[in-house]
Amino acid sequence: MKSRLNGMLTIMQRELKAYFVTPVAWVFIIIFTVMAAAFAFYLGGFYQRGIADLEPFFRFHPWLYLFLVPALSMRLWAEERKSGTIELLLTLPVTLVEAIVGKFLAAWLFLGLALLLTVPIWFSVNYLGDPDNGVILAAYIGSWLMAGAFLAIGSCISALTRNQVVAFILSVVVCFGFLLSGLPIVLEAFRAWLPQVFVDGIANLSLISHFADISRGVLDLRDLIFFMLMIGFWLTANAIILQLRKAD
Amino acid sequence: MIEARALTRYFDRLLAVDNISFKVEPGEVLGFLGPNGAGKSTTMKMLTGFLAPSSGNAVINGHDIVTDSLRARQEIGYLPEGAPLYGEMTVTDFLQFIAKARGFTGHEARHKAAAAAERLELGSVLQQSIETLSKGFKRRVGLAQAILHDPRVLILDEPTDGLDPNQKHHVRELISSMSENRIIIVSTHILEEVDALCNRAMIIARGRVVADDTPAGLIGRSRYHNAVTLKMAELRSAASILSKLAGVARVEINDDELTLFPHDQAQLLSAVTASIDKHGWSVDSIRLEEGRLDEVFREITRSSEPDRTATDVKEVA
Repeated sequence: MKSRLNGMLTIMQRELKAYFVTPVAWVFIIIFTVMAAAFAFYLGGFYQRGIADLEPFFRFHPWLYLFLVPALSMRLWAEERKSGTIELLLTLPVTLVEAIVGKFLAAWLFLGLALLLTVPIWFSVNYLGDPDNGVILAAYIGSWLMAGAFLAIGSCISALTRNQVVAFILSVVVCFGFLLSGLPIVLEAFRAWLPQVFVDGIANLSLISHFADISRGVLDLRDLIFFMLMIGFWLTANAIILQLRKAD
Repeated sequence: MIEARALTRYFDRLLAVDNISFKVEPGEVLGFLGPNGAGKSTTMKMLTGFLAPSSGNAVINGHDIVTDSLRARQEIGYLPEGAPLYGEMTVTDFLQFIAKARGFTGHEARHKAAAAAERLELGSVLQQSIETLSKGFKRRVGLAQAILHDPRVLILDEPTDGLDPNQKHHVRELISSMSENRIIIVSTHILEEVDALCNRAMIIARGRVVADDTPAGLIGRSRYHNAVTLKMAELRSAASILSKLAGVARVEINDDELTLFPHDQAQLLSAVTASIDKHGWSVDSIRLEEGRLDEVFREITRSSEPDRTATDVKEVA
């Protein structure tokens, strides 16, 4: 058991380090923090609302993740395929699951770090007023979980191809679908030809509605389970795809 | 010991490896020879646990590559084709990563990485990122990660491919120096390499083993084996006289050379030199042919392709 964990942690460390020796980490962190703040201040009307909370900040996270997370996840497996290192990695005495989870955790921790670097805005809102810090903490956790769900989708799609651009575009499209699936306009389109049960199912898959619950400060167990299941489902699919199409 | 039993691999409906079985003992350096796409790499990918066989299995020092894959992989050091490496890492970081992934920790991991680097003479580039290294150095890093855990089985897929002659020589020396008490399997399509490196050669064509012999044994199958080649001025007249010598099966003239092929195992050289003395020919050179591996290779790999063009895989009916 101990050695199994070792394999995963070794891969995670290698991946994390790789972000920081290439410009990926710095570009990502700068763009993420600047855009997150810019959205909150300009589009969200952070000051104008006159309310001491971070709703205008978190409201745009799903849309930021829509493009930035696939940019991070596109290389996860496509790059290994392209350079052939997948053969090196998967002939080491580590299991496929360790490799997948190790790489996923590295990227997820990295997203967590980027999120953590936005904490100054939390300080500002405390300086300016008297926000409900419990709600903000819940929203941070929810945002990170949602990022994990996006990431798992991206990781799985990255395993499908050796082309990172293809992985990026497909991931954005699929993530977009999961973002929109709760919106009435999308549900209407399905309602015409699907039984209500399925329409409700589709509505339930929406990342935005689950995130909205958490960001209102409601840390419902069902939302947590939803994000965990999303991550688990997509990483399992990731493993199946790699197992079936290792040599492509 | 490695034992492959009826290894077979399909890619969709294409048969890439067709029922290959063999055993390899420690001390053997086995060369996989074959045309490109013959199934050498696919066989290696199955032996190293990267690809699961469609049917059949292989056992590496007692560990089945499918059911006991992790232990089997622990026995093996593997250099995949093209020596893929994580380019952004430094040599030291990369080797330490491999050491940790192989279960070494802390001081031991650092020690194993340093020892492998020393063995491959990587001391001068330890802190360089791999992508900035020359091809020769990269290949050495690839070999270093393969031998890092002192494996009893080394599987090297085209280890000298793309290197210059000096680098090739160096890599061959390294492989030879590691062969004692180990099993080494090397794939190549360079024939001289088999002669220089291996004590056993398997020719693979169209996914099947079509010859399994020592390099000398393979060369012995050449029709040039024990033939005598002369370079001289009066070729034509000499040819008609020499063709009547006892033991000469046939005579061929190529440019300014004349080759005498023997019947069975007949030794021609002394009879030929006697004949030269007798007729007083002036001969530029005379040599006894050992055999030509490239000719054997072509002969064997072609005859295994019954009236088909040179596709390397077989369509399944």
